[in-house]
Amino acid sequence: MAEIRNYTMNFGPQHPAAHGVLRLVLEMDGEVVRHADPHIGLLHRGTEKLAESKPYNQSIAYMDRLDYVSMMCNEHAYVRSIEQLLGVEAPIRAQYIRTMFDEITRILNHLMWLGTHALDLGAMTLFLYAFREREQLMDCYEAVSGARLHATYYRPGGVYRDLPDTMPQFRESKWTKGKGLKQANEWRSGSLLDFIEAFAQDFPTRVAEYETLLTDNRIWKQRTVGIGEVSPERALQLGFTGPMLRGSGLAWDLRKKQPYAAYADLDFDIPVGTNGDCYDRYLVRMEELTQSNRIIQQCVTWLRSNPGPVTVDNHKVVPPSRQSMKEGMENLIHHFKLFTEGYIVPEGEAYAAVEAPKGEFGAYIVSDGSNKPFRLHLRAPGFAHLSAMNEMVKGHMLADVVAVIGTQDIVFGEIDR
Amino acid sequence: MSAITSYLKSLALLELLGGMRVTIGYFFKPKFTIMYPEEKTPKSNRFRGLLALRRYPNGEERCIACKLCEAVCPALAITIDSEQRDDGTRRTTRFDIDLFKCIFCGFCEESCPVDSIVGTDVHEYHMEERSESVITKPQLLALGDRLEQQLAADRQQDAPYR
Repeated sequence: MAEIRNYTMNFGPQHPAAHGVLRLVLEMDGEVVRHADPHIGLLHRGTEKLAESKPYNQSIAYMDRLDYVSMMCNEHAYVRSIEQLLGVEAPIRAQYIRTMFDEITRILNHLMWLGTHALDLGAMTLFLYAFREREQLMDCYEAVSGARLHATYYRPGGVYRDLPDTMPQFRESKWTKGKGLKQANEWRSGSLLDFIEAFAQDFPTRVAEYETLLTDNRIWKQRTVGIGEVSPERALQLGFTGPMLRGSGLAWDLRKKQPYAAYADLDFDIPVGTNGDCYDRYLVRMEELTQSNRIIQQCVTWLRSNPGPVTVDNHKVVPPSRQSMKEGMENLIHHFKLFTEGYIVPEGEAYAAVEAPKGEFGAYIVSDGSNKPFRLHLRAPGFAHLSAMNEMVKGHMLADVVAVIGTQDIVFGEIDR
Repeated sequence: MSAITSYLKSLALLELLGGMRVTIGYFFKPKFTIMYPEEKTPKSNRFRGLLALRRYPNGEERCIACKLCEAVCPALAITIDSEQRDDGTRRTTRFDIDLFKCIFCGFCEESCPVDSIVGTDVHEYHMEERSESVITKPQLLALGDRLEQQLAADRQQDAPYR
């Protein structure tokens, strides 16, 4: 009788379903996974170390590039941590803008997750639909910050600029004209808030479409129900946060438990799953799309009726407006001081976390009283989730590894940092 | 009873047909895609694309070599050398931007006290050799000259917010 031994194989780092540069060393027993060993570090850029050599503000741009599908949430954690150290608090309008864009980011992230997760499991159409909606939201990003993805929009003490009153419009071309052009520009005739409101009104129908395509679909259910089950106790022990934890039935959400920004004043629900399998986590994230949409609508209403400043009036932290910088000597000095040296942060340490779409994203800063962080540590939710890979895929088939990677919503930017 | 109905529903492929109805519906709706590059998606006036240097309306370059952008650049993509010109003003003799390093964060534009360095709405460019990634002062000024009208209009429109 021939000797039977387990076969070791590489999954990734260039596998299209590995969501980036994940390398999994799988020990296979036929088609069944006996052991999974994730290897990380292929996207390591040393963000934490880089931050030690730059004034605080300059690292904001690098925070976008951590979890590169939930950009503004990363910035939010970092900026909040600095604000804690400085003892400044962003004005209420800035808090609402941040809340709104955090939720836009959540929808962006969940749509990306939904599209790629479904694509990995064989549903191509959804990917195209999800990216159609992402395009609209990236236009919001661009309108407000000037970049579609890496926004660099949040600043300690507020946000960089107020929301614009106009949206860029499609121009007439050979293919888009007349009625088609009017339709393309339908949402864009007013301000950014009008655009977001139009999107938020339309979005529930889109979510319903996604649900029609997936929720009851028998193939989808076969691929996700009962795959990668995690018990609530185990989920806590493994350090899960976000939808991974809520899928197991624990209603833990920083937006409710430790409200930051404007979340305390807003009305929304926290969806939880029951079985803790891929399907439940899918349902949780789908419901989060709806809830985020609700939050966005409330923020739009508030922002419409409450104009005001979006940065603190403290020019030791926030540069003065361009006009005043050009007119006043003192403001010019502030401007030069802030863009060369930055601001001095008092000695101490601070940890601030936000409920990023993937879970708790935190920034821990140790300051030695200079203009650069002495140490920056970033708590990435994906790292804890990936650590549980072995436990989640053990005993499942090879094809289920793809489902588990998808459900963990892995992004290597934040794991490797 | 519910077991029987769910069995019948499953047998009738209802959920698959529902999904197909959505996709077939889109088959007859107008397309969302655009004919790039003949047609482009609209760009915001805050767009941060390829960097450029601007001039004053009288043709004098704006940059005064204060080196704020060099200092604020997180990626250290900007290199500036300066010298006093014959008329006594301080000007750059070298203004290099390494596009491989630039992360398009827009801090340089934010820091510039004379609105000289700006992010244009150019997002599509190419180079044929590695060395071309460093764009020099004449190239930056030429780009600024070419797009001046658009740049000025965008800055004007965004002025109340900055």
